[in-house]
Amino acid sequence: MSRNRILSAVRGALDPSHAPARRSAASARIASAPKHPRPNIAKLEGDERIARFAECLAALGVDRIEVQAADEVPAAIATYLSARGLPLRLRRGEDNILASLPWHHASDLVVDIGPAQADDAVGLSRALAGAAETGTLALASGPGNPVTLSFLPDTHVVVLCEQAIVASYEDAIARVLAENGGVVPRTINLVTGASRTGDIGGKIVMGAHGPRRLAVILIRDGAQRT
Amino acid sequence: MTKTAAFEAGVSAALANEALQHALADVPAGFVAGRARQKAALPEFEGLRRTARDIRDHTLAHLDAYLEEFERNAVSAGSTVHWAATADEAREVVLSICRAAGARTIAKSKSMVSEEIALNAALEAQAMEVVETDLGEYLIQLRGERPSHIIAPAIHLRAGDVADEFRLRHDHLDASRDLATPEVMVAEARSVLREKFLAADVGITGANFLVAETGSAIIVTNEGNADLTMSLPKVHIVLTTIDKLVPTLADAWPLLRLLARSATGQAFTAYTTIVTGPRRPEDDAGPQSCHVILLDNGRSELLQSEFRPILRCIRCGACMNHCPVYCAIGGHAYDSVYPGPIGAVLTPALAGVGEAGHLAQASTFCGRCEEVCPVEIPLVSMLRGWREQAFAASDDWRSRTFLRAWVQLAKRPRAYGLAARIAAAILSALAGAKGILRRLPFGERWTRQRDFPAPQGTTFQDLWKRRERDEGPAP
Ligand code: SF4
Repeated sequence: MSRNRILSAVRGALDPSHAPARRSAASARIASAPKHPRPNIAKLEGDERIARFAECLAALGVDRIEVQAADEVPAAIATYLSARGLPLRLRRGEDNILASLPWHHASDLVVDIGPAQADDAVGLSRALAGAAETGTLALASGPGNPVTLSFLPDTHVVVLCEQAIVASYEDAIARVLAENGGVVPRTINLVTGASRTGDIGGKIVMGAHGPRRLAVILIRDGAQRT
Repeated sequence: MTKTAAFEAGVSAALANEALQHALADVPAGFVAGRARQKAALPEFEGLRRTARDIRDHTLAHLDAYLEEFERNAVSAGSTVHWAATADEAREVVLSICRAAGARTIAKSKSMVSEEIALNAALEAQAMEVVETDLGEYLIQLRGERPSHIIAPAIHLRAGDVADEFRLRHDHLDASRDLATPEVMVAEARSVLREKFLAADVGITGANFLVAETGSAIIVTNEGNADLTMSLPKVHIVLTTIDKLVPTLADAWPLLRLLARSATGQAFTAYTTIVTGPRRPEDDAGPQSCHVILLDNGRSELLQSEFRPILRCIRCGACMNHCPVYCAIGGHAYDSVYPGPIGAVLTPALAGVGEAGHLAQASTFCGRCEEVCPVEIPLVSMLRGWREQAFAASDDWRSRTFLRAWVQLAKRPRAYGLAARIAAAILSALAGAKGILRRLPFGERWTRQRDFPAPQGTTFQDLWKRRERDEGPAP
C-alpha cells in the first residue's frame, strides 16, 4: 500500500530507530504550540492598533464606514449602497448579531437570508476578528456567515466590532476559535482587500473572481453586543 | 537532439523572441521592487527568514510523525486522506474520485503539483472538462502552454496577446467587442469562468501548507478562485505533496508573513483560507466530501540526500524573479514544470540527472536567489552539487580533458602564474589598441553574443604579490 511505502521511505530517510522519539517530539509541539517571535506591527496595542488597521484598509482600497453603535449599521449600509449606485438589496446569513440589528431603520433595503445565490449583488457578513498587522478580516464559515457571501456577490460588506480588532493573525485565530466554541469551522477566511489579479499584462485589476468592492462597517462600541 | 542541445536551442529562441523579452522586462522587475519595499517596511524580515527556515527544518526532520498526525486529524475532521507514491498513482486517485462523483466539469485552482503529474490531460482523456480558474492558468490553458512562472503562470504574455486569444476562444461573444484594457478582459474572463464554477461537479485545489495539528490545508490566492473552487462543487480535492506540512497553525504565520512579501511584494495575499474537511452537518454550503491526496513523487528520497533543504521551499517564486538567467530567458526555455533556480534544483531531483542535470547550467552563481529565498535554501551550492553529478555522469571527453588539465595547472601556482602571464600577453597582443576581442580563440561560443575585454596589464597573482609587498599581508 502506498501509505506504508511512503511512510516507511520517510522513516528510512530519517533514521527508523528514532521514530518513537520523533513521534513524541511532534505531539509535544502540537500539545503546546511554539510562540514564534512576531514583528512589531503584529504587537500593537490600543489606538496604535486601531490606527494601523485603518491605514491598512485604506492602502488596500477598502471602504471603511464607522458607526458609533450597532443600531446604526442598517442605515449606514443603505447610505453606502445608494451613494455608489448599488442595488438596495443584500443577502446575509443567520448570524445572531446581524439578525438582531434594527433592519426596519433602513426600510428601502431588502434583506435576503441564506447562502449566496448566483445573481446576488451584495453580500453581508460579520467578521469575528480583524488583524491590525495587515488590515485582515477573519471570517468563519457556517450558517451564520455562509462563505459564499464573501465570494459570489460583486460587493462584500463586512461588519466588524472595533473591540474585535486584534494585533496579529495569531490573536485573530484565537478569537475565531473562541467565538466558534473551540471548534475549527470548515473554512476560516482571512480576507485582505477585495479580489484582484495581475495576470493580464501585470496590471492589477480588481474583482477577478470574488468581490470587486469590499467595505468594512466598523462598530465603535461593539462591546455592548458581544 | 540531446537534452542539453534542446535546452540551448530553447534559450536562443527565448533570447530572440522580442515579445517575450518585452514581457520579461516589466513583471519580474515589479515583483522585485515590491519585495524590496516590503522588506524595507518590516525590520524583522531577516529574523523571520531564520524562524521560517527552522520551522521547515524541524518539520522535515520529523516528517513521518507529522504526516501521521495530519492524517489522523484530517480524517477526524471528515476528510479522506489518499497517499500516492508516484504521479501515476496520484492521477489514478483523482480519476477515481471524479468518476465516482460522476464529474463532467471540474474547476481547478492553480496547482503546480497538478502540472507535475500532468493531470489535465488525464482528465480530458476521460472526457471530463477541466477548467483552470486562476486567470493566468486559464490563459495558458487556452493556449495549450505550460506555466512560465510558478506564481504568475502567464508572465510571458502581454495584454495584446490575451485580447487575441479571447477573441479566438470566446467565440460566442461579439467578435468586434472592445478588449482594449485589462479591466474589460478580466471582466470577460470572470463571467465565462463564473458559469464554469456554477456548473462544476468537482473542485481541485493545491495547498500552500498542511497543518498537522488540525488536519487543515492553507490555500492562498489573490483572485478568490480557490475559495469558489472549494465551496461551490460537491466534491473538493486537495492535491498536494508530503513536504507541505507544518506542525501547528502557530507555525504557519511566520511562513505566511514571508510568502506574499517575497512573492508579489504584497504584505498579505487577498485571500488566505484555512480549510478543514467537508461541510459540517449544520452548514448550508460547501462540499459533501473532501479528499486530500498526499503525493511523494521522489520527495522521500530527497529527504535523505544532500538536497533535503530544497524541501523547505514554499514556492514563492522570489528566486526566479531575482535570477538574471530566468529574467533573460523566461520560464519556458527550462522545459520543466518548475523553472528558475528552484526548478533547476528540484527538477533533476524529481526527474533524474540524466533528464534535467543540464538545468544546473542555467545559473551565473551570482547568489541573488539564495539571498532572497524566504527559507534560506542554499540554492547555489545545490546547483553546484547537480553540476558535479552531471559532470561525473557526462561523457563529454572534451570538457573532461580540459577541466582535468585545468585542475593540474591550478594545483601548481608557479606553472599557473606563468601560463596566466603568457595567456594575458597573447590576448592583449591580439586585441590591439582597443583592448577588445571580437573573437576569442577556442571561445567562439562566448564571443558570438558579446565582445571579450582583453586582460590589461599584469595578472591577478602579480597584482596580489605587489599589494602584499606594499601593504603587508592581507588580514
Ligand atoms: S526556493 Fe526559496 S525563493 Fe525559490 S520559490 Fe522556493 S522558497 Fe521561494
